[in-house]
Amino acid sequence: MKRICVCIAAMAISLVIMALLAEPRRVSARGQQGAPDGTEVKIDNFIFGPETLKVSVGATVTWTNRDDIPHTVVSTTGAFKSKVLDTDEKFSFTFSKPGTYPYFCSIHPKMTGKVVVQ
Amino acid sequence: MKSKDELIHDHNHDGIDRRGFLKCMAWAGTGALCVIQGGVLKSYSLSPRSPWGEKGTGDLSFVQISDSHMGFNKAANPDVVGTLKAAVDKINGLATPPEFLLHTGDISHLSKPEEFDTVDQILKSATAKELFFVPGEHDMLNDDGKQYLERYGKGSQGAGWYSFDKKGVHFIGLVNVLNLKAGGLGTLGPEQLEWMKRDVEHLKHSTPIVVFAHIPLWSVYPEWGWATEDSEQALGLLKKFGSVTVLNGHIHQTMQKVEGNVTFHTAASTAFPQPQPGKADSPGPMKVPADQLKSVLGITDVRHVPGQHALAVIDSPLG
Repeated sequence: MKRICVCIAAMAISLVIMALLAEPRRVSARGQQGAPDGTEVKIDNFIFGPETLKVSVGATVTWTNRDDIPHTVVSTTGAFKSKVLDTDEKFSFTFSKPGTYPYFCSIHPKMTGKVVVQ
Repeated sequence: MKSKDELIHDHNHDGIDRRGFLKCMAWAGTGALCVIQGGVLKSYSLSPRSPWGEKGTGDLSFVQISDSHMGFNKAANPDVVGTLKAAVDKINGLATPPEFLLHTGDISHLSKPEEFDTVDQILKSATAKELFFVPGEHDMLNDDGKQYLERYGKGSQGAGWYSFDKKGVHFIGLVNVLNLKAGGLGTLGPEQLEWMKRDVEHLKHSTPIVVFAHIPLWSVYPEWGWATEDSEQALGLLKKFGSVTVLNGHIHQTMQKVEGNVTFHTAASTAFPQPQPGKADSPGPMKVPADQLKSVLGITDVRHVPGQHALAVIDSPLG
């Protein structure tokens, strides 16, 4: 009985330690259906984060490149196109019409994202 | 020290002994020279003397460099000027001076005029006085390659493709870094493929072909964009030729593959290394300890001896 208690205690302690050591989850945007997220997109590690950003009509979205390699932000429909962004450089665009705006990095085309304007 | 491997097992009847071939490929990364001549593998270890011996008058030798990324200054290499200069020193120290240099793109990091100027300045001290370029995606920024064409596109067509001949070897420079589509890979496009078809249709089948382009023309790792969506069409145009060598850059590490009559080879960067396919979250610059940086950067020495089936391709690290 004592041995079982010790085992359970040890497991509980391990779980607590693992939880404390686990990478903190990225604070996710408010996930309620239809509610807008923030207006920032962070570019890092060849990823646009968040990949899908929901904003209201008239919002200005700002992309910031935190990667150690340059990237661009280019709409697939021609709605917007940044110049090349080196580390810490930004690009902003104001979305005056509702719709879905897919975009990608023209230097690394596997990087894609979209802005949903409601 | 020379060792000779003989063709022992020819199961596929293609003249290549698989076991010996794999052994040869394992040596390739250490700077050994592997030459496949009519199915017989000959391997030579890298020695201070030229492994090819005396250069014959018909022999052709040139050097490929790639991905100088002039303007890059982050942790993976704060001194890309210094490492490009080290590459030039390496070129100038080769036992057989190259007749020309081939730069397979990403000359600059941000397509800035001063970045191109600096590379031009540094390459002036190379023994090879003739330089050939193809652009990387970093050379086409902000202006879809207009500046690249003004600087390096003389005599080329379209986005900068062209061909030339040296001592019986036909060289084809291709551009696969323009008009990239969202989620896509490198692309050559129908206009360039049509030009290439006309360019090679009258060549004799015995003409050795060298194709050079920035993004690999074989599927190295599509998840990271390390492939060209219509490369099969380009290679299809070269099926009739007995010897095809494809030289690429973009992935910042050496890699080679032989498929039938085609030898594929990617060069190291002179600026910074990138991780092996899938070995990191993303294909960005890879930091290594400062004293190891030169060992993961390099140049590629290429030689063609008349009458030999394949070109000999040998990678040398900078240090």
